[in-house]
Amino acid sequence: MKEIMVVAEHRRGELRDITWEMLSKGRSLAEAMEGTLSVVLLGKGVKPFAEALRSKAHRVYLIEDDRLEFYNSETYERVLFQFLSEKKPFLTLIGHTAQGMDFVPALAIRLGWPLATDCIGIEPKDDSFTLIRQIYGGKINAEVSFVRKAPYLVTLRSGAFSVEEKKPIEGEIVTTSSPLSDEVLGRRFIEYVEASVGEVDITQADILVAVGRGIKDAENIPLVKEFADSIGGALACSRPVVDKKWLPKSCQVGTSGKTVKPKVYIAIGISGAFQHVAGMKGSGTIIAINKDPKAPIFSVAHYGIVGDLFKIVPVIKDKIKEMKK
Amino acid sequence: MNIIVCIKRVPDTADADLAIDRSGRDIEKTGLAFDLNEWDSYAIEEAILLKERFGGTVTVLSMGGEDTNESLRKCLAMGADEAIRLTDPAFSGSDGFATAKVLAQAIRRLPYDLILTGTQAEDDGFGEVGVMVARLLGLSHVAIVTRVEMEDGKIRAHRELEGGLEEVVEVKLPALLTIQTGINEPRYVSIMGIRKVAKKEIKVWGLSDLGLKEEEVGLKGSDIGLERLFLPLVGEGAQILEGKPEEVAAKVFEILKDKGGLV
Repeated sequence: MKEIMVVAEHRRGELRDITWEMLSKGRSLAEAMEGTLSVVLLGKGVKPFAEALRSKAHRVYLIEDDRLEFYNSETYERVLFQFLSEKKPFLTLIGHTAQGMDFVPALAIRLGWPLATDCIGIEPKDDSFTLIRQIYGGKINAEVSFVRKAPYLVTLRSGAFSVEEKKPIEGEIVTTSSPLSDEVLGRRFIEYVEASVGEVDITQADILVAVGRGIKDAENIPLVKEFADSIGGALACSRPVVDKKWLPKSCQVGTSGKTVKPKVYIAIGISGAFQHVAGMKGSGTIIAINKDPKAPIFSVAHYGIVGDLFKIVPVIKDKIKEMKK
Repeated sequence: MNIIVCIKRVPDTADADLAIDRSGRDIEKTGLAFDLNEWDSYAIEEAILLKERFGGTVTVLSMGGEDTNESLRKCLAMGADEAIRLTDPAFSGSDGFATAKVLAQAIRRLPYDLILTGTQAEDDGFGEVGVMVARLLGLSHVAIVTRVEMEDGKIRAHRELEGGLEEVVEVKLPALLTIQTGINEPRYVSIMGIRKVAKKEIKVWGLSDLGLKEEEVGLKGSDIGLERLFLPLVGEGAQILEGKPEEVAAKVFEILKDKGGLV
């Protein structure tokens, strides 16, 4: 029987959402292929996670080791190389996250197994899979297939797969020994560093006016700031604006920044890459201004304005000032 | 210190309206501007900053056709010392894995202490090539790097995690880092700057120069192959507000008033 293996992801005492997303997709794949679903968990003192995962898989492989207290690409690669070489699951699912992106490509080389990264769709086809990936920043989808044979490694994008409620499985916990010894590693974990909150905590704002790459230049930021001020909103932004140092990191909304849920979110000159959308899709009302009618931001927004922000924003700003009187 | 930077030339699609071509397997490229992959511009800048502080050389590598010379020259104008282009008809159809094999094989022929790549490319977005190159060469690596410090033959790197969190790690040299956008401010290259390096030799290495076999590269040497391209399904989508700017502004005012977006 074919086995589907999920590599659980956790950090600082919490299982991450991607783990449940992979288990949900893994279960429907296992059902479609009449296979079984397993999950492997690496860490130190993570037995409670194993208990929590039992309801979602037929087997929970638990590999505990003091050396696995903090994630390290080199220990993860060694442990999973040993484990997966023995088990040879037909398909292994791992998150395309900061963690997965760091160790999976190296693991794939070491195992000699084919890898498809950052997939937003996966369905069984013959004795393999059809995979969907996004290219060109999400503007085009690509259907790809494996050139080589199983076992397969696939990394899934966070938030691309919904978590469906299904009958609990109550699988068994299988304690597995760690192959690590006191070998010398080339890489060492030092510490976590938290990003600063900044002057304004954008996660607490009721109204956010967010600006993106479309603002073109640091000189144009005041235009959006004045607009935000006129409606009593705080200023936020997407990644390119922080990369260019036009606004501080504390203003960034998205996967690598803040997750926000204001009453109103106004996205100006933001195309709506999934990394940004992941951080703001829970907002009450979303208004987007963008010149590209096909910009993905319009599929998440409630209201859209297609046009040049430099023409539209000043008019809206003046109109609001006038009508507030 | 000798640094190697792997780069890619990609179409600039951030503001472009993309269409799929008649083959159904590629995008319509006419009219698109091409440039250095955004992540790679940060990687080359970081390499030059390190060279300015610690001395040594910066060598740029790229797999691609003759057009790629343009991006390699941009890197030379930014301050790289040498550029090598890896090209062969057999490379066409290569995915991230096949590309990593070509790059690693080229790097084996060069002296290095540190290798930098972008975290991912704007076009395919595999996010796997750098880390694969590291493993093929047997090197330690750090992915998604937002800060680099160096002392005593070790690199202390910050890498970006989700939610604004960073992880600080230490790696021994030689090592490979995949660079995240925003780590520095890539320097501006003037037309004069490009002209100055116009005559500089760009070495070209092919399949046999690299000692690779045809079945190791291209589609045959890849993990995955493309079946077809299609446009993403657009969800229900936004209600588009139309009219003159003044009319649109009035509608926005009403929405804000209604939804609590006015304080």
